[in-house]
Amino acid sequence: MTAWLRTGDPFAVQATDLTLAYQQRPVLWDVDLEVPQGVLMAIVGPNGAGKTTLLRTALGLLRPAAGEVRIFGRPYAEQRRLVAYVPQRGSVDWDFPTTALDIVTMGTYGGLGWVKRPGAAERSRATAALAQVGMQAYADRQISQLSGGQQQRVFLARALVQDAQIYLMDEPFQGVDATTERAIVDLLRALRADGKTVVAVHHDLQTVAEYFDQVTLLNVRRIAAGPVEKVFTEENLRLTYGGRVAGIGGRGNGTPLDMSP
Amino acid sequence: MTSAQVDVLLVAVVVAAACAIPGTFLVLRRMAMMSDAISHTVLLGIVLAFFIVADLNSPILILGAALVGLLTVVLVEALSRTGLVREDTAIGLVFPALFSIAVILISSLAGNVHLDSDAVLLGEIAFAPFNRFAPFGVDLGPIALWVMGAILLLNLAGTALFFKELKLATFDPALAAALGFSPALIHYGLMAVVSVTAVGAFDAVGSILVVALMIGPPAAAYLLTDRLPRMLGLSVVIGAASAVGGYWLARLLDANIAGSMATAVGIAFILVLLLAPQRGLVATARRHRHQRWTFARQMLLIHLATHEGTPSEADESRPDHMQRHMRWPPDFSDRVIQTATDHGLIVLKNNQLHLTPQGRTEARAAAVR
Repeated sequence: MTAWLRTGDPFAVQATDLTLAYQQRPVLWDVDLEVPQGVLMAIVGPNGAGKTTLLRTALGLLRPAAGEVRIFGRPYAEQRRLVAYVPQRGSVDWDFPTTALDIVTMGTYGGLGWVKRPGAAERSRATAALAQVGMQAYADRQISQLSGGQQQRVFLARALVQDAQIYLMDEPFQGVDATTERAIVDLLRALRADGKTVVAVHHDLQTVAEYFDQVTLLNVRRIAAGPVEKVFTEENLRLTYGGRVAGIGGRGNGTPLDMSP
Repeated sequence: MTSAQVDVLLVAVVVAAACAIPGTFLVLRRMAMMSDAISHTVLLGIVLAFFIVADLNSPILILGAALVGLLTVVLVEALSRTGLVREDTAIGLVFPALFSIAVILISSLAGNVHLDSDAVLLGEIAFAPFNRFAPFGVDLGPIALWVMGAILLLNLAGTALFFKELKLATFDPALAAALGFSPALIHYGLMAVVSVTAVGAFDAVGSILVVALMIGPPAAAYLLTDRLPRMLGLSVVIGAASAVGGYWLARLLDANIAGSMATAVGIAFILVLLLAPQRGLVATARRHRHQRWTFARQMLLIHLATHEGTPSEADESRPDHMQRHMRWPPDFSDRVIQTATDHGLIVLKNNQLHLTPQGRTEARAAAVR
């Protein structure tokens, strides 16, 4: 069962010295990312900090100019079955002619390989995943008829059905309603309880401390990374965002955070 | 019908079906204009291959066409990747360049060969029955029917085998890549299929009709269903029906068959655009009108419910008050009151509107929403 976990590999995801540039402009500069197994890690940083790029590089979708990414100690290509991906909701065309259940079933394609078609077993796994995010009633809905939060939950169900060890999520909380936010938080905790690892790009600084155990502060370079209570300090946030960041809820044994608006 | 007419119709239907299948994916991938480019630039592949094999019936021509089709895609993508030219502009640059090279080559070097640019644009399906496939002297029907039949089978088999990969790479290329289904491979595979289909089809029907048959039927089918397999099926049916309809239109008008078929595709699309049950313009307009009336009625009911039992009720519930309060034109106001009365939601007593119990229930339901 644990063949994927090489003994002595402390990190589920480990990126070393990642550097990546778009037309001479560095997007990631010598970034290290170390995600221990079984944690919920937020990647936080301003727009253009390279958060999505970091995720996409970890997934092997982008080739870094330097550095490498290892999943449980091995290259991504050997470990893709262990990694599930939740892209930004806006990255796909929701007018695509298909149902919520069919989108979730796409999560089983990796296990099927080329040509083989999803059957009853795959569909029942997809149905179960939809139920897990509270969307079983919407299985046959055309995906454009779903609200933003429901679409996000469909994407989460698709990742669940991949039955991975590591979940890489790009802004799962963006633009969702309170119900969905609750559902996602519950899901993240359930995943952690199962020993899974989650890395999520996150924008809402107010909820970082509440939702996540670990945080990586990123602005092209890695500013800081580690347990939220150690790393998520006003000092580090100022370094990340440049200038004063007001009104951020957080804890830390560094400088106490300024909670005034 | 003569057997030549049957042959023409058969070729047309097979071409339409073969084009609709890759066309569906082009439409979903927002690459419709790529079919326009490919269906013209394949001519360069045919010309170059013809110079090599010197035989207009050689299958090498199809291979050459497919390669130049892929070259078109590669060049367009290379141009747009520079970030200096947008993709639609890149198509507009690459396609005339390759096509005009082909036209120059034909006009200067192959003047005495049966390869002319008019036939490329419009084709001449009427000649299809005269070019027979007759191995060992046994007549097996028009060559075009065999060629297009083979391409249709290829398209059907390819779509059946790789349906899940095509769907995934079209909907979410990033996930396809993360799961190990190379979206680039699927993309170029699809483009090769488009090229082969275009070259097979345009000998019979010309490149204009190829574009019409690849884009029109899927665009219409997209408005009729929200399931991909049904969209594929409907595209084939709409394409085939347009081909048959266009043939009879051509006979009626004594006009070019390919041009009439392309016209028929356009007419079919416009009919669907107007009359599609859910998304058609007529249905949408009707829905909006219905919503306007429903909304006006709900406003009236909520207004009456708000003032029910208050001192101002006498003033607020006069029919003529509604025009001022809601800024409704008089005749609109009268009709709203009339329909609400007809539905048993309000009654008029002493020049005052009163909610019926049913009207009160509906007002409450509307207000909650």
